[in-house]
Amino acid sequence: MSDVLRMENVGIDYANRRTRMRIVDDVSLSIGPGEALGLVGESGCGKSTLALAALSYLPRGMRVSSGRVLFDGRDLATLDDAALRSLRGNRVAMVYQDPMSSLNPVVTIGRQLVEVPMLHGERSAAAARDRAIAMLAEVRLPDPERMMSRYPHELSGGQQQRVVIAMALMAEPALLILDEPTTGLDVTIEAAILDLVRELRRKFGTAILFISHNLGTVARICDRIGVLYAGRLVETGDIRAVFGAPAHPYTRGLLAALPRLEAGRGGARLTPVAGTLTAADRARVGCAFSPRCSHALPAACDAGPVPMLPADAEPGHVARCARLEAVRDSRPATPAAEATRGRDEDSPVLLDVRDLSMVYAIGGGLSGGPRAELRALSDVSLAADAGRTLAVVGESGSGKSTLAKLLSGLVTASEGQALFAGADLAALPVDERPADLKRRLQMVFQNPDSTLNPSHSIEHAVVRPLRLLRGLGRAQAKEAAARLLERVRLPADMLRRMPHQLSGGQRQRVALARAFAGDPQLVIADEPTSALDVSVQAAIVNLLAELQDASGIALLLISHDLALVRHMADRVAVLYLGRIVEYGPADLVFAPPWHPYTKALLAAAPRPDPDAPEPEVILGGVMPSPLDPPKGCVFASRCPRRIGPVCDTTPPPVRHPAPGLTVACHLEIADLPS
Amino acid sequence: MARYLLKQLFNMAITLFAVTFIVFVLNELTPGDVVRKLLGPYASADQVEKVTREMGLDRPVMVRYAEYMANAARGDFGQSIVFRRPVSEVLWDRLGNTLLLAGVCFAIIVPFSVLLGVLAGMRERGWIDRSVSVFSSVCASIPEFAMGVFLLAIFVVQLGWLPGTSPLRDDTGWPIWTQLVLPAAVVVLYDAGYLIAMIRTSMVEVMRQPFIRTAVLKGMSFRRVVVKHALRNALIAPFTVILLQINYLVAGLVVVEMVFAYPGFGRMMLEAALAKDIAIVEAGTLVAVSVTMLTQVVGDLGYRALDPRISI
Repeated sequence: MSDVLRMENVGIDYANRRTRMRIVDDVSLSIGPGEALGLVGESGCGKSTLALAALSYLPRGMRVSSGRVLFDGRDLATLDDAALRSLRGNRVAMVYQDPMSSLNPVVTIGRQLVEVPMLHGERSAAAARDRAIAMLAEVRLPDPERMMSRYPHELSGGQQQRVVIAMALMAEPALLILDEPTTGLDVTIEAAILDLVRELRRKFGTAILFISHNLGTVARICDRIGVLYAGRLVETGDIRAVFGAPAHPYTRGLLAALPRLEAGRGGARLTPVAGTLTAADRARVGCAFSPRCSHALPAACDAGPVPMLPADAEPGHVARCARLEAVRDSRPATPAAEATRGRDEDSPVLLDVRDLSMVYAIGGGLSGGPRAELRALSDVSLAADAGRTLAVVGESGSGKSTLAKLLSGLVTASEGQALFAGADLAALPVDERPADLKRRLQMVFQNPDSTLNPSHSIEHAVVRPLRLLRGLGRAQAKEAAARLLERVRLPADMLRRMPHQLSGGQRQRVALARAFAGDPQLVIADEPTSALDVSVQAAIVNLLAELQDASGIALLLISHDLALVRHMADRVAVLYLGRIVEYGPADLVFAPPWHPYTKALLAAAPRPDPDAPEPEVILGGVMPSPLDPPKGCVFASRCPRRIGPVCDTTPPPVRHPAPGLTVACHLEIADLPS
Repeated sequence: MARYLLKQLFNMAITLFAVTFIVFVLNELTPGDVVRKLLGPYASADQVEKVTREMGLDRPVMVRYAEYMANAARGDFGQSIVFRRPVSEVLWDRLGNTLLLAGVCFAIIVPFSVLLGVLAGMRERGWIDRSVSVFSSVCASIPEFAMGVFLLAIFVVQLGWLPGTSPLRDDTGWPIWTQLVLPAAVVVLYDAGYLIAMIRTSMVEVMRQPFIRTAVLKGMSFRRVVVKHALRNALIAPFTVILLQINYLVAGLVVVEMVFAYPGFGRMMLEAALAKDIAIVEAGTLVAVSVTMLTQVVGDLGYRALDPRISI
């Protein structure tokens, strides 16, 4: 049978009045009926552009300037508007990142679904409606009939994405394109969506083009994988072949840069991919990766276009590398520095959080509406030690951000204490904190773009905290700024640059330099790498660890990425609906997972391993509302190991299965690890 | 819903009281004696005092305000000094004239600007967009009086097709409807220029939303995407602004009314204010505030109908 989608040496250019840029260069790929191909790569590699090219819907200014895109054997460039319309939504459909904005906010779910068959030849509105209801049931949405009359904003993010998937499958297309379908969703919801896609694929035999920056999600769905770098396909092959024996140095780099759930703390460093992708690299005739590649030989790599060459005996496994043998014979790069610091010895407690609660009063007063209490945090106790990393994990709505807000003084707690440097952070709003206390506690935020003032130079951004927090004079502060930049491995001439001239990773380094400017004792890092690419994340994570080793700070890491937490944390607190359900040393929390919620989180985390077992438990349902928290165990409504009514009526006892480990669960200690 | 309406009604009453009271007191504080104005500069001090007492103006402010509101509730707004008639007669007369003009204008402005705004915004920087944008910025940037004079020069002086003044009387030799054409044209062009720009911006924004891409990639034709998915979303943001035009059309047409000698509400207010005709100013304010508050309630309800994410 012929391929559903076939791209032959596709090149896509972007041009406007000033510039001309090659977005995609010489990409060939094919997807047969029922096959699933994953395309991975970092931001700017052209993966989403390729997806849109498959639908002949390129953004303004872009066009396929060489090669052919064939769908069902027909060249998309030769099709007129009507022919394209009969393909789109009918033979090929797409699922997007951010389902909320992909659905029309003012049209009911039902109408948006029914539109699809009505556009593609269905005459009977009743039949279309029946099909829509059946499809909603197919994507396992509760009460499909009622769902039809609801609006997108009434659904949760996971439910919205199910609706988008149902919409895409309405016409039973031959090809389903998924563009980062789970990015931005919680890990448990991600696992459920991926599980659904697998099941639907089995059922309908739909071919899949799956686009993601996350190697773990691709491993869960795809048979084959293509790795994109700077608009070029650098390696493609069977997913086991590529993950098992990556041939291209970039693929190897990506896999080595990933923190692994299995690896454990150990103090090992990750291996970042050196350098960054520049516009000049994109335009290279030879290998685009060679400026960042440790195997590069100018004579072989930069002389001319590098063809796709067989990577090994595996059929179909090819890589665009002129030095395949040399790369194959080299050992995978090993982390440069191993931490030698012992992690077992005691270190002083710097931050001591005791029974912290945060209750927001809602409604009442002038604004009207019934008065209610929103419990964002309940009786949270934890401690961060000097030189150690405490990680706080949980889904959105678990109270992670509230905790960070409390500690940084944006809000004050309703009850409890957070003792740090002789002060109670829980009762001190930031504007009442003395300068010295502010100096000791610093924050690093998720999005470095929005935390740097775009109209101030890097120097201004770094010098300011030095002068404010350390009281340095102008000249001293400038010297100190240069030294700080050196500490975060940025060249000193960066000081004169503006934020927009820096890459995301560089900006996050500046954010780190700023946080460390005042010689802090405690740094709160709120998802410090989730806006960054994998290869850049590794470098930032290493840098954080280095800075921590050198300065002995306590790091409070807030993250949804369990593999990252596993890599960085000495101690972990698992939060659910504002309560700590499990807390203790990282090694004990992760292996074995004790609390059913921790276990579910771990099972849901995507692993970059095509042979990883399917998650045994996939958490369904949604977190209860903090306006009306359950009386018993907060997790009972979703718990796969619920014992009985006791879970709903009585708050769980705190158990101590191992020294230093606390687990809030009704299950007996002996029954906890399953 | 009922709760919302009750709350709005309550707010409206409070606002009406506050505004009328402020206007009442302000008039009280401004220099110049009403009675002196009424009797003319040659009246004796005795006469002034006598009339003041007869009119009850020597009583405390609060008492007179309460009395005024009580009378107003019965539809009696007192006597106009300028027009020498009961205020209510003048008021309803002028308001009727203004509502006629405002209604005609509104009925043209809304469909006209929605059509042009949507056509311009659906393809950003396309040729329709460029032409409409030039048209709308030209219209919005010419002041009403200039546009009025300009149109007068063409259609009255040069062509002689239309009357130069619009007193709304049929003894002028021009049918009433012809007297409406020029004032309405000025208002429509000026106001639509602004609205088109608003709607265009909103439409451009909507057309960039991912759900438009979703609709196109369902296999929908561009026209259908615009009508079924973009239109309603594009009207959400400008909706309140569209309704604000009602306030402008009722109380803000004073320039156009002056240019065309149109006997409207705005001109009445201006003349009354200049002549310190407190009774008219008071009553007129009451009407203007009521219109504003009513459009606000209508706006909220319409907003909810347009956007299911809003609940009131």
